[in-house]
Amino acid sequence: MKNVDKENKNSQIGKVEKTLNFKGEESLEQSPERDIHFAAKKKKHYEEVSRKFDKIDKSNYKTYVFYKSPKSSHFKNMFWAFVIGGLICVIGQAFIELYKALDFPAEKASALASSTLVLLAALFTGFGIYDLLGRFAGAGSTIPITGFSNAVVAPALEFRCEGMIYGLGAKMFLIAGPVIVNGVAVSVLIALLTLLFGGA
Amino acid sequence: METFLMFVKAFAIGGGICLIGQVIIDFTHLTNGRILVIFLLLGAILQAFGLYQPLIEWAGAGASVPISGFGCALVKGAVEAAKTEGIVGAFTGGLKACATGITTAIFFGYLVALIFKPRTKQI
Repeated sequence: MKNVDKENKNSQIGKVEKTLNFKGEESLEQSPERDIHFAAKKKKHYEEVSRKFDKIDKSNYKTYVFYKSPKSSHFKNMFWAFVIGGLICVIGQAFIELYKALDFPAEKASALASSTLVLLAALFTGFGIYDLLGRFAGAGSTIPITGFSNAVVAPALEFRCEGMIYGLGAKMFLIAGPVIVNGVAVSVLIALLTLLFGGA
Repeated sequence: METFLMFVKAFAIGGGICLIGQVIIDFTHLTNGRILVIFLLLGAILQAFGLYQPLIEWAGAGASVPISGFGCALVKGAVEAAKTEGIVGAFTGGLKACATGITTAIFFGYLVALIFKPRTKQI
């Protein structure tokens, strides 16, 4: 009985789509028919998914999660990542110009600007603002040096309750640890290789 | 005018690097830590071929503020010290060049963790 019902629904959905397709694309713009069209499409998609996942087991669990997890718009994510990432770099550039104006040499000005950004990000993490930013900026708040600072401070704050040594002290390097370990290992490797083959 | 152009370049390159990261996150669902390590290694390897430093000179903070600039500074410091001081320099140069960044992150991170109270995450 249930199967028959499902098939009926499916055939109806198919009809709506066909007639709309027959009418052509012009009638699809901003009309109630267009909404019906998309609603039908969505319904069909969900029915397909639910049929596919009558039984959830090890083999199809990953695809099930993929279908069920909320979809976020890639375009919106990329836009905000670009804007916020760009703005953080502009702030860094502003600090570089400021320190250059205060008669610091170029190399030192750049290092000082990075340190200032690190300090600001640590403070913003403490106030809980940086996590709010990270929610819609995504990689735009992770990849700049401020994201590194946030990755140091956030777990340190969170795990302080587990003690000063094994909580704060250890968890501080939860994400910064792998970054420093990989960076140092690769830098030493590359320096040794240039010594061997570069003919310094 | 030149400084204004520098700001535009910084915005474009910095934003572009973050955009690439966001595309990788969206299509592979990698976690933050992995993304940071990937970009650090990317900057380090580009600098190994001498490609990242010209980008920093061209785009300023746009290339040095993202974590790939950190990787570049590590490799640049190590290679330069290796050339002047030999094998000892290869081991000391990298961290020496990045000492400001790492030390400020640890010091201010420690202070902030002591002063502020952890907040419950609002979802």
